[in-house]
Amino acid sequence: MKLLIKGGTVIDPVAGKINKKDILIVDGRISGSGHNLSRSGAEVLDAKGKLVVPGLIDMHVHLREPGFEAKETIFTGTRAAARGGFTSVACMPNTNPVADNAAVVSSVIKRAHETGVVRVYPIGAISRGSIGEELAEIGDMKESGAVAFSDDGMPVMSSGLMRRAMQYARMLGVTLISHCEDKNLSSGGSMHEGLVSTILGLKGIPASAEEVMVSRDIILAEDTGCRVHIAHVSTAGSVRLVRQAKSRGVGITAEVSPHHFTLTDEAVMGYGACTKVNPPLRSDRDLEAVKEGLADGTIDVIATDHAPHTVEEKDVEYDLAPFGISGLETAVGLVWTELVATGVLTPLQAITKMTLNPARVLGIPGGTLEAGADADITIIDPELSWEVDPKLFASKGRNTPFTGRLLKGLPWVTIVGGRVVMKDCKVDI
Amino acid sequence: MGLSGKDLIGLRDITAEEIKLILDTAGPMKEIIARKIKKVPTLRGRTVITVFYEASTRTRTSFELAAKYLSADTVGLAAATSSVSKGESLKDTARNIAAMGADVVVLRHPMSGAAELLARSLNVSVINAGDGAHEHPTQALLDMYTVREKKGRLDGLKVAIIGDILHSRVARSDIWGYTIMGSEVRLAGPSTLIPAGIEKLGVRVCRTVEEAIEGADVVNVLRIQMERQQQGLFPGLREYSRMFGISPERLSLAAPGALVMHPGPINRGVEMSSEVADGLQSVICEQVTNGVAVRMALLYLLIGGSEQK
Amino acid sequence: MAKLKAQLLDQEGIRRSLTRIAHEIIERNKGTDNLALVGIRRRGAPLAERLAGRIREIEGRAVPVGILDITLYRDDLTTLAHQPLVRSTDVPFPVSGRTVVLVDDVIYTGRTIRAALGALIDLGRPQVIQLAVLIDRGHRELPIRADYVGKNVPTSRKEAVSVRLQEIDGEERVVIMELD
Ligand SMILES: [Zn+2]
Repeated sequence: MKLLIKGGTVIDPVAGKINKKDILIVDGRISGSGHNLSRSGAEVLDAKGKLVVPGLIDMHVHLREPGFEAKETIFTGTRAAARGGFTSVACMPNTNPVADNAAVVSSVIKRAHETGVVRVYPIGAISRGSIGEELAEIGDMKESGAVAFSDDGMPVMSSGLMRRAMQYARMLGVTLISHCEDKNLSSGGSMHEGLVSTILGLKGIPASAEEVMVSRDIILAEDTGCRVHIAHVSTAGSVRLVRQAKSRGVGITAEVSPHHFTLTDEAVMGYGACTKVNPPLRSDRDLEAVKEGLADGTIDVIATDHAPHTVEEKDVEYDLAPFGISGLETAVGLVWTELVATGVLTPLQAITKMTLNPARVLGIPGGTLEAGADADITIIDPELSWEVDPKLFASKGRNTPFTGRLLKGLPWVTIVGGRVVMKDCKVDI
Repeated sequence: MGLSGKDLIGLRDITAEEIKLILDTAGPMKEIIARKIKKVPTLRGRTVITVFYEASTRTRTSFELAAKYLSADTVGLAAATSSVSKGESLKDTARNIAAMGADVVVLRHPMSGAAELLARSLNVSVINAGDGAHEHPTQALLDMYTVREKKGRLDGLKVAIIGDILHSRVARSDIWGYTIMGSEVRLAGPSTLIPAGIEKLGVRVCRTVEEAIEGADVVNVLRIQMERQQQGLFPGLREYSRMFGISPERLSLAAPGALVMHPGPINRGVEMSSEVADGLQSVICEQVTNGVAVRMALLYLLIGGSEQK
Repeated sequence: MAKLKAQLLDQEGIRRSLTRIAHEIIERNKGTDNLALVGIRRRGAPLAERLAGRIREIEGRAVPVGILDITLYRDDLTTLAHQPLVRSTDVPFPVSGRTVVLVDDVIYTGRTIRAALGALIDLGRPQVIQLAVLIDRGHRELPIRADYVGKNVPTSRKEAVSVRLQEIDGEERVVIMELD
């Protein structure tokens, strides 16, 4: 089984290089790259004018299975990932039951093998039931294949528990992913606190609700020596705190979601519940700070926080709608349109934040095109303009605030372990 | 000449001309209310549905009287107040209304944005009778009508709005309306109840109630909800009353003949003393009458004319 | 725009017509006891004022004058292209038991008068209602006739009669226009 990707522009984050060359895949692995590789017996993909990059990795995805199969399943979620150009996703544990023990983690892995089309890495819960009271069996879950730990969606309010979790995680050498939100400051809020929330009469979530917890977790990370990853950074203050911490040598990393570098709270005007997301869409100033953080390396990772919901759940009063955006299938378009085309990031930086960096944070394979590596490869057409239409999503979650938006840049082919799982937006060919 | 939209959701997107038209039309309506036979045949055969997800006998009655004085039929849709937590109810309501073929829906709802959501899913006119902390446009219109009737103008007047601005849809609609009509708006209240960025709407946020009242032509006092104290948003009613309650002494700082207004119901002795509420400068009772006139004007302007907009 | 076809009355003609109507009102009602005039907005209002002035000159007694806005009583609201403005009704005296003379500029289909009768009766129960118009142009659609007419003018439905009054229009004449 041979596959030759011919004539593409290859972006290699490990080497830090971009050049035109061919890549040959043999039996699921990258066998080599170069010019005029022999095509004998190989199926050929003509990648002229396209970008050939390591398979994209989304380290923040809600696949909803088990328990919320109306919103998404591993079957649909991994197909959405493939359409979005992702070859690996890490899925959050806020399922039902919560992935707070080895059995649930194993069953997610098993389901992913049975029904998934991309690699699925479960993230285990920090606390039992993610209710922030007692530590979950992090060691067991690690053994079963959980790659990191988080109570995403349910911030760990107890500093005592968070400190113990970090001490424990450090022993195990795993990363904790923190959803930074002080519930005492955010509770009841449904959008960013500012002029727009004032105009709309919606209860605001102040930027400080996030920043207080970012500060706490930086201090605890420094205290315990645990590797901490700050999920979905959304405010200027958080970016500044992470930047300062990194300059002190604290072992933290951070991610941002495409909606936070694309939209501000202005998008909430009209009460469209597809703009309701946690953390909320912030101000202009925050959006600019997040972009600066991406550009100067403060923010390591771009992750979608893909949070699918049913149409019925979202088509209600703003206060009643659940938080979340279905993000897998718009991520590359938004990164290319909002960050690369505008010069905020170079193509190499953008790809690094979607491949090598998340792989390093999670300690999983990926992010490389070296010979011998698993052939997880994404081919992107950076020039293709397209209009976002959620009806075409593979995800069950049609909850996107980007409907009708014109984007430039679209994954063309997704290859997982040498197998083409998506081509021309079609999965499972 | 007419209103530009099919609905009245708020005063944010309305023009000074439209506000003027509504207030001008409310004048003749008030004359009808003063008659022995308070009925004109204008909206015969039209149906107004009131849907109240929040108890408010006063506002509902005002809309129903307005509709009846114009000979429209009124139906109150029993919206189970307790079931709002399950979001389908508003959607179901919309479907029912569409099936029943009403001409106007008057919606009161505890959540911001509900009126807009309903208006988007219906072809008929929707009047927002208060949605969450968003807007309560008819209250602001009746406030402005009352002030214009007494003062002869709105342009250049100084209007003080006192109290819980954060949770007040009346305050928001008043701010839009008065500023559109050229009044100067000042706000005062506990700083925990002043919403973020409100000064960007062209109003002055005052540090003390005295600063807001000084030289004001209108003192509009908002109701303070007892539950806000339970939520810890201010320490207590006694302190609130001492710091923000309107007493005759405080009122004497206002311009001579300043009007005292309140959307009701009043917590006497908390937001204002009884002397002030019942005093010569109080126009609180007239606000109620004017409310019916303004709502008649709106109903006429929204559905009294030709085909649906 | 409609084309001017002919002038029906000039300033003098209007004056003479009103004077004659004033005499007829006094004559028919045997004086001015219990009499009131109510003009229909817009041009009936100044005409009612003028008639009251004429009656005062003749009889030496003032007659109360009111203004009726009939917008809310119209039966054609849903068919009009533009929604008419509602203006105030100002009848500052009780109408019950009185002889009320409704005053308008032109009577045509009779629908305005029907609306005015409804509006007037909602204010009370007059003893008698009479109707005075400056122009009767025919084409009645309702069983309504005027008691006092300044000038009867046969017209076609393609024509419009325009009464121009100093108080509203800044000129004083009655013309007939051809509609396009
Ligand atoms: Zn989260």
